[in-house]
Amino acid sequence: MQSTLIDSMHELGITENIVNIALAKAGEAQASSISKINLVIGEMSGFVSDCIQFYFDSLSKDTIAQGAVLHFELVPAQLQCRNCSTIFTPKDTLWSCPECRGRSVEISRGRELYIESIEVE
Amino acid sequence: MKTIEVIQNILEANETIASRNRQLLNENGVFCMNIMSAPGAGKTSLLLQTMKLLKDKLNVGIIEGDVASTVDAEKVQSEAQAVVQINTRNMPESCSLMAAMIESALKSMPLDNIDLIFIENVGNLICPSEFTLGEHKRVVISSLPEGDDKPIKYPLIFVDADAVIVNKMDLLPHVDFDIGNFRSSIEGLNPKAGIFQLSCKTGEGIEKWCSWILEQIETNVTKQ
Repeated sequence: MQSTLIDSMHELGITENIVNIALAKAGEAQASSISKINLVIGEMSGFVSDCIQFYFDSLSKDTIAQGAVLHFELVPAQLQCRNCSTIFTPKDTLWSCPECRGRSVEISRGRELYIESIEVE
Repeated sequence: MKTIEVIQNILEANETIASRNRQLLNENGVFCMNIMSAPGAGKTSLLLQTMKLLKDKLNVGIIEGDVASTVDAEKVQSEAQAVVQINTRNMPESCSLMAAMIESALKSMPLDNIDLIFIENVGNLICPSEFTLGEHKRVVISSLPEGDDKPIKYPLIFVDADAVIVNKMDLLPHVDFDIGNFRSSIEGLNPKAGIFQLSCKTGEGIEKWCSWILEQIETNVTKQ
C-alpha cells in the first residue's frame, strides 16, 4: 500500500476534484448528505482506486460527503485494429491484433474518468 | 435517497485552466511545448542543445517542473530568455505539472518578449500523460538505456505525443536497444507522431529536431 501511494500522488488532485464536483451537485440539489459517489474509471487511465478512496476519506471530513461510499466501475481496456478494424481486449502488454497480427491500434475504451452519479439524502 | 446524474469528467477543472493557458499563449503569439520523459532521459540536455541552435532565431522561455531543487533551472539559465521554476513538493500533485501551476508560472514570464516556451515536466512516464497544460505540442523523450519496451509499458504518454525523441543514440553500440522494435511500437500506437533519433551528447540529429520545431511554429501561426 505504501509504495502504491508514493507512486500515485496524482490521485490526491483528482480526489479533490471528485469531492468538489460531488459537493457542488449535492448543493444544487439542496441535499443534506452524500451517501454514494459512482465513478467510472478506465483501466488505462492510470488512477488507482484504493488511493482515491484513501484521499477521499480525509478530504471529505467535515463535509456532507463524509462517510460516502465510493463505487468504482472499472472499464477494461478495449483496442481497435487500424488495419482490419477488429475490436479486441489486449491480453498482454504487446498490443497486437488477434486477427491480422497488426500492431497499429487505437484505444477505444479504457481511458474513462468521470463521475456518473451521486446518491444523496 | 435520491440519485443525481452527474456525468462529469473529473479532469475538467484542469482542462478548463489548460484552455485558458492556451488562449493566453495564443494572444501573445507564444508557442508552447510540453517535454515529458522518465527521470534521466535527457529533458534538460535536450533543452540546452535546442536553445543553442534556436537562440539566434527565437526568444525561448523555460518552465521547469521538479519535485525539489533548482538545479535544472540553473543549468538552462544562461541559454534562456526567462526561466520560471516550479517545485511540486508542497503541492497537491508532486508527480506531474498541472494546468494551474502553468497558469501561475505564465504570470512571471515576459510573454511579450518570448516566442517559444518549453515546459520541462516532472520526470515521470505515467502521471503527466493525464494532465494537459495548455501546450501546443506534447513531446516524449525515451533514451536508449531505458530499453525499447517503454512504449508498450507506458502506452498512454506515447499515444498522445506529437513527437517522440530517442535520445542517447551514441550509446547504441553498448546497449541492447532494438530501434526497429521501438519505432514500430510508436508507429502502431501513434502513427502521427514524428520520431527523432538524436544524441544530446554528440549533437547528432539535433538540427533535424530544431527544424521540426520551426515548422510547427510556422504552421501554428498560419492557422491562427
